[in-house]
Amino acid sequence: MYKWIHQFGSPKYFYDISVRLSKWIAIVCAISFIGGLYGGLVLAPADYQQGDSFRIIYLHVPAAWMSLFVYLVIAFSGAVSLIWHIKITDIIARASAPIGASFTFLALVTGAIWGKPMWGTYWVWDARLTSELILLFLYLGYIALQSAFSDKRIAARAGAILVLIGVINIPIIHYSVEWWSTLHQGPTISKLDKPSIHLTMLIPLLLMVLAFKTFYITTLLIRARSEILEYEYNSSWVKKYVIK
Amino acid sequence: MLEYINIFYVIFKRDLTLTFREKTDFINSLAFFIIIVLLFPLTFGSKSELLNTIIPGIIWISALLATCLSLETIFRSDFEDGSIEQLVLNRYPLILLVSAKILAHWITFGIPIIVISLTLGVILSLSNEIMMALFITLILGTPILSLLGSVMAVLTMGLHGSMLLSILILPLSMPVLIFSTIAIQNASLGLPIVAETYFLAGILILAITLAPIAAASALRIRLS
Repeated sequence: MYKWIHQFGSPKYFYDISVRLSKWIAIVCAISFIGGLYGGLVLAPADYQQGDSFRIIYLHVPAAWMSLFVYLVIAFSGAVSLIWHIKITDIIARASAPIGASFTFLALVTGAIWGKPMWGTYWVWDARLTSELILLFLYLGYIALQSAFSDKRIAARAGAILVLIGVINIPIIHYSVEWWSTLHQGPTISKLDKPSIHLTMLIPLLLMVLAFKTFYITTLLIRARSEILEYEYNSSWVKKYVIK
Repeated sequence: MLEYINIFYVIFKRDLTLTFREKTDFINSLAFFIIIVLLFPLTFGSKSELLNTIIPGIIWISALLATCLSLETIFRSDFEDGSIEQLVLNRYPLILLVSAKILAHWITFGIPIIVISLTLGVILSLSNEIMMALFITLILGTPILSLLGSVMAVLTMGLHGSMLLSILILPLSMPVLIFSTIAIQNASLGLPIVAETYFLAGILILAITLAPIAAASALRIRLS
């Protein structure tokens, strides 16, 4: 067990694994993305209340989920690198931040586009929108802090503290629609209850969630690989790889 | 135990003395606060109903901005002359020493802000209920800003520019701002403000328990 963790923590091993994995994950991403879009935009029936404009859910919900998920990944790897000083978690946190910020931005933009026909306005100051906006600024603050240090080890650990403080925002975003009754509609899918959505609409949504998740992993692996090369530019295996 | 109280007091007194000997930073941040608040009546005209509704929020935003400015100084001189390394290297718990510095910051910055805000409230003729709500939210909120901000100040100390510090502090202090302004709005409508007060008090207790730990470990990371 410990041997495996140690092995996985070594940048070279991670690099080799990610080269082999990322192609397959990218294929899964492409298939589920095409399937999800076709199912969502063509096959699924129009909503009885919202008409065709509900279809933006297939971008909005996965993006919003991923914005929270990526933040949790950064916070978790930040905690790991604070406690055990593992190099690879530094790299994962660092490589995830811009992707997470993009997902947050996408969630906000699609939400605004959805809000115009449904609520009659692009933006309202309700709890979920505000906390999602705060999340975007947390991401931007994290990225700014990362780029302010020249020593990447210190940058990663300083960023970890910042992210762990900001993690308090995550449950607020997640439960905001249940705690405060606001303009934002309630959750469509909750894991324990029966989903409040028909199967023909649900399956494309789940496919899109899979597509977003695999997209995140693919881009994360690509970004992490280049970060590793930058981190380890002194070691012999990087030299060998670059010369080859 | 007595030794710990003693060292806490020594650091606390040292920071107070430093602040009052070198008054420019201290006076500048308070002057900045007053100027921002007074800019708004100038631009919006002096209609008192409008001011009554927006001035408490403006006082809060100005306090937040002035905090960002003043927090930059909390660790700066120590970092520049190297005395911060002595804090980390000595045998006393770092959490205690950091807490003393944060308390000193709140005494020299938070309390003047509260006093000035109430004075400005009187000058701008706010109603009694709003003054009360403003006082309660400031007395619970400014220590949260000092605590949270000290962690960010450690993370950014020695890095160029105070812009980064503001970018880190402002999003994290939004919950405090939101609860405070909701409380003040409720007070102006004659509604109870108990719920928001409890929320702020809860955040304050969380910050008191966790922020010194975070600041201490951030300090160790920065000096590693």
